[in-house]
Amino acid sequence: MANLFRLFAAAPFTARFGMIVILIVAVIGLFAPLIAPYGETAVVGAQYEPWSRQYLLGTDNLGRDMFTRLVYGTRNTVGLALLTTVIAFTIGSILGILAALLGRMTDRILSRIIDVIMAIPSLILALMLLTIVGTSIASMVFVIALIYVAPVFRLARASAQTVVVMDYVQAARLRGERLPWLILREVLPNIASTLVAEFGLRFCFVFLFIAALSFLGLGIQPPTADWGSMLRENATLISFGDVTPLLPAAAIALLTVSINFVIDWMLHRASGLKD
Amino acid sequence: MTDQFDILKRSFLAGKMDRRGFMTGALALGATLSVASSAFAQAEQAVPKKGGTLRVGFLQGSTSDSFDPATYNNDFMFATNYAVFNHLTEFAPGGVIAPDLAESFAPEPGAKIWTFKLRKNVEFSDGRKLTSADVIASLGYHLGEDSKSAVKPVLSQIAEMKAPDDHTVVFELSTGNADFPYIFADYHLCIKQAVNGKIDPLSQIGTGGYTIESFEPGVRVRLKRRDNYWKEGRAHFDQVEITTISDTTARMNALMTGQVDFIDRPDLKTIHLLKRAPGLRVETVSGTLHYTMPMHVNTAPFDNVDVRMALKLAIDREELVEKVLKGYGSVGNDHPVSSSMPFFDPSIEQRAYDPDKAKFHLKQAGLSSLNVQLYTAEAAFEGAVDASILYAEQAKKANINIEVLRQPNDGYWSNVWLVKPFCCSYWGGRPTPDWMFSAGYSKDAEWNDTKWNNERFNKLLLEARAEVDQGKRAEMYSEMQRLCRDDGGALIPMFGQYVFALKDTVQHGQLSEMWNMDSLHFIERWWMA
Amino acid sequence: MSRIWVLLGERLALGVVTLIAISALIFLGVELLPGDLAQQILGQSATPETVEAFRRELGLDQPAVQRYFQWLAGALHGDFGNSLSNNRPISELLSARLGNTLFLASFAAAISIPLALTLGVLAALYRNSVFDRLCNVVALVCVSLPEFFVAYVLILFFSVRMALFPSLSNIDAAMPFGELLYRSFLPALTLVLVVVAHMMRMTRAAIINVLASPYIEMARLKGMGRLRVILFHALPNALAPIINVVALNLAYLVVGVVVVEVVFVYPGLGQLFVDAVSHRDVMVVQSVGLIFAAAYILLNLIADLLSIVSNPRILNGEG
Repeated sequence: MANLFRLFAAAPFTARFGMIVILIVAVIGLFAPLIAPYGETAVVGAQYEPWSRQYLLGTDNLGRDMFTRLVYGTRNTVGLALLTTVIAFTIGSILGILAALLGRMTDRILSRIIDVIMAIPSLILALMLLTIVGTSIASMVFVIALIYVAPVFRLARASAQTVVVMDYVQAARLRGERLPWLILREVLPNIASTLVAEFGLRFCFVFLFIAALSFLGLGIQPPTADWGSMLRENATLISFGDVTPLLPAAAIALLTVSINFVIDWMLHRASGLKD
Repeated sequence: MTDQFDILKRSFLAGKMDRRGFMTGALALGATLSVASSAFAQAEQAVPKKGGTLRVGFLQGSTSDSFDPATYNNDFMFATNYAVFNHLTEFAPGGVIAPDLAESFAPEPGAKIWTFKLRKNVEFSDGRKLTSADVIASLGYHLGEDSKSAVKPVLSQIAEMKAPDDHTVVFELSTGNADFPYIFADYHLCIKQAVNGKIDPLSQIGTGGYTIESFEPGVRVRLKRRDNYWKEGRAHFDQVEITTISDTTARMNALMTGQVDFIDRPDLKTIHLLKRAPGLRVETVSGTLHYTMPMHVNTAPFDNVDVRMALKLAIDREELVEKVLKGYGSVGNDHPVSSSMPFFDPSIEQRAYDPDKAKFHLKQAGLSSLNVQLYTAEAAFEGAVDASILYAEQAKKANINIEVLRQPNDGYWSNVWLVKPFCCSYWGGRPTPDWMFSAGYSKDAEWNDTKWNNERFNKLLLEARAEVDQGKRAEMYSEMQRLCRDDGGALIPMFGQYVFALKDTVQHGQLSEMWNMDSLHFIERWWMA
Repeated sequence: MSRIWVLLGERLALGVVTLIAISALIFLGVELLPGDLAQQILGQSATPETVEAFRRELGLDQPAVQRYFQWLAGALHGDFGNSLSNNRPISELLSARLGNTLFLASFAAAISIPLALTLGVLAALYRNSVFDRLCNVVALVCVSLPEFFVAYVLILFFSVRMALFPSLSNIDAAMPFGELLYRSFLPALTLVLVVVAHMMRMTRAAIINVLASPYIEMARLKGMGRLRVILFHALPNALAPIINVVALNLAYLVVGVVVVEVVFVYPGLGQLFVDAVSHRDVMVVQSVGLIFAAAYILLNLIADLLSIVSNPRILNGEG
C-alpha cells in the first residue's frame, strides 16, 4: 500500500490525474445503485428539466434523471467495453504470437482469415452478424470482440515477428520449451508495451462502436443506460448549442484521455527512457 | 338518385353526419364535380404565382428506388410520382376525393358498377394523347397474376374493367363499394402509357406538370415544369429539386443555413428551437397517421379479452403524446378512425389511464400480475422505443411487467410485424373507414396484424360497404369503431401529426389531410411568394 | 531485389484468393440475413403472393449457390451485372460514387498525412513539453468523440454560426474543381480530425522508440542537432510502423466513412453499401464489398512493400 502511494506521488501530474479519474469511474461503476438518486429507468419528472438540486444535471427526453443515467451508464458502458476488449486482446494476441512463432501454414491461414475480417467494413460486418445472431448483450460482446481480434492479431503478429528471431527465443526453442511457455514467458513480455498502448485506444473505441451501432438500431437494449446511446439520442441538440449532449461525450473523452495518460506514463517507465 | 341525395341532406342537417360524411356520400351519389370543385375553390383563395425553384430535403429516398409503381415505398418516390404522373382521382382538403384524369365518376345503384369518364385534352410529355387503354393497362399492371404490387389486395375487388370508348372506363366490382373512387388516388396507381396493352413500368413519361431532368436514386431528383400542362392553376414552380437527407440533424441544418426551402419530419425534440430561427415556419397536419401496438388475439395471453382490456387501460396516452410526440399528436381510442375521416363517431368515450381498473380486468382474467414481451424498433415509428419504455414504466402500476425488446430496424416489417404477438407498428391510415377496416381489421385481410376475427364486425363491414344510405352507414361504422375499441386486439395509443418546416416564402392553400405535405401533392399545388 | 518481385506476385495471387473468399462470405452473410429484397421493398404492404411474384421476377427463387456462381463468372469478366432493385447496371451505379469516395479520401489524406507527420515529429522533438502534451490531449479528445459528433460541431460553427461552408456536400460531377473542394471541405475536415490523432501518436511513438537505439546516441555524440537526428536518422528507421498506420487510416478513409457521408449527404460508396445491405440487394452488396476489400488489400500490400524498401531487414526476417 505504501509502495503504491509512493508510486503515485512520484508520477507526473498527467498520470496522477488519469489515475484519479479512473478510480472515480471505477467507484461510480461499482457502487452505481448507491450513488444514483433515482432508479435507472424511472421516469421522475417532466422532460428536459433544467439543472437543479432535485435533478443535478436535468432530465432527458423522457423525464429520466440525467445524472442517474450517467452513473448507471458508467457501469454498463465501462463494464461492457472492458469485457469486450479483454476477450479481443486475449484471443488476438495469443493467435498473433502463435502465427509468428509457428510461421508457415499456421501463419498463412490465420493471416488470410484475419485479412478477410478486416477487409469487410466493420460496421457492416457487425450489422450482418448481429442480425444473424440476435442483439442480446452476450452476442454484442461476442461480435465486437470478434471484430477487434483482427487488428490486435495484426499488431501482435508484427511485433512478435521481431521478437521470435531473437537469440533468447531460439535458445528457449532449442531447450525444448513447450508452446505455452514460449508464448507467455518469452514473447508476450517483450511485446506487452505495444499491446498495452493499443489497449488504451481500443478500449475507448468500443464506446464509439456501440454508439455507431445504436445509430443503426442495434446498440445496447433500452432502457439500459450507456454513454454511446445517450450521446446519439441527444445529438440533435448540438446544432442549437445545447450542452446536454456534451455530458456523455465529455465522459467518454475524459476517460479516454485519463486511461491514455496512465498508459503513456507506464510505457515511459517501462522503456526506461529518461528525458 | 335525388331521393337518396335528399336523405343525405336531411341527415346532414339533423346533425347526424359531419360535413365530410356528407361529401363522401354526395360523391358516391355522383354529385362529384360541383361539390369537389367548390371545396377546391375554398382551398385556393390565396393567389398562386408562377416561378422560382423549390429545393426540398427529405428523410426518405434510397439507392434502390425506381419508377416502377409496384415498388414505390417512400416519400421521395411518392412526391416525385405525383409531380410527373396523374391519377384518376386525387385527395383534396376536407377528406374529399376530387377528379384528376377522370372528369367525372358515378356508380350504378348498389355501387357495384362504376363508370369513369376521362378528360379529353390530356397529353403525355411526349405529345401522345391519353386514352382509356392507358388506364386499363396501368391498372392491369398491378392486377396481373405475376403482380408484385402492394395495391394488388385492394384492387382485387375489381371483377372486370372495360373501355367502351377512348374516354370511358367501366368497372364491375365483386361487391358494392360506395367509396370506390378513393382507391385511385393511391400513388401506386399512376397512369402510364400503354404499348400493346402493357405499360413499361420503368417509364418516366407521364401526364403530370413536371418532367424529370435528372434522377439519381438515393441522392436527388431534378424536375422541370412542362409548358403545356393540361391542369389549370397548378404547377407553379419552374424547377424542383428533392434531395435525400436521411440524417435529421443534417436536414434541419440544411433548412437553417438556407440550402433547402422545405424539409419533412424535423426532430420533435428540438423543434421549438427551430421555430425561433427567422424566416422559417413549422406546419402540422392532423390526419390519419396513427401508431399501434397490435396484439395477436389468437395467442395467449392476448386471447383473453380482459387481458387486452387491462393492457389498454395500463397505458397513459396523455403522457405518451406529450413526451414521445412532444404534443404533436392526439390520444387514440383503440380504433383506427381519425377525427378527420368520414364517419368518425365523436360520441365514443375516450379511454384513459386507469391502473386500478386494469388490475380489476386482470383479476377477471384470473391473474394477479401479467408478464408480456413487447417488440419494438425505431423502424415501427420514430419514438417507438421511447413509447415502449414509457408504457413499461406506466404498466408497472397495474402489476403488468412489460419486457421491452428492441429489434434491429433492418428487417422489422418482415421479421417482427405480423409475426410477434405484441409489437409496435404504425398505419399511415386510409381515407375511409371501409378501406382502413378492410386493410387491417377484417378477418381475411393480409395485414390483419391482430388476427382479430369478430363475426359481427366482419358482417357489418360488408353491409356498410354497399350501403348507400349515409345515415345507416354512419350507425354501422359507429358500432364497428366500438367493437374495435372494446374487443379488438389493437392498442392504439395515439394519432400523430405530420410535421414539416419551410421557409416563409413557400406558400400554399388549404392542405389536404391525407398523408403528409398536402397528400404529397405539394410540388404541383404550392408556390413561391 | 528479385525477392521483392516474387513476394509481390505471391501477395497479389493471395489477394485474389482472399477477394473471392470475401465475396463468398458476403454472399453467405446476405443470404443468412432474415428477409430478402422482395420483402424489404414491399415492406409493411407485402403479402405472401406479391412477395412470391417479385422473387420470381428477380430470380431469387433459384438456388443461392447457382446465383453466386453466375455473379462470380460475370465479375471475373468485369461485368458486375445489374442491381436487383432498380435494374440499373451496377458498374454505372458504382463509377460515380467510387469517384466521389476516392476524391473525399484523397482530400482528407492530403491534409491529414502531412499534418500528422509534422505534428508527430515536432511532438517527438519537443517531447514532454507543453506543446507535446497539448497535442496529445487534443488528439486523444478527437479520437474519443464519435464522427457524427465532430461533424455536428463543425457544422454548428462553420455553417450555422459563421456561414463559411455549406452543411450539405451534395456534389455532382458537373461542378468545377474549386466548387468540389469548397463543398466537401467540412466532411474532409471531419475525417482529418478523426484520423490525424492515430497517425500522429504512432509517428511520435515510433520515433521515440528509435531514439533509444545506440546509433542515435552515436549521432548525438557526434554533435548533430536534435532536429537533424530525428529527420535523418530516427525517421527513416521508424518508417515501417508509420507507413502501416498510414495505410490503415487510408483504408479507413475509403471504407469506413458511412457516418460522415450520411451527415453531409455526400454521395459516396458507403451510403450505397448500407442501403444495399438493408434492401438485401446482394448484387450491389457484393460489388461494393469487393471494391472495399480490394482497396484494403492493395493499400496493405503497398504499405508492406514500402516498409520493405525502407528497411530491407524485414524481408530477411519474413523468410
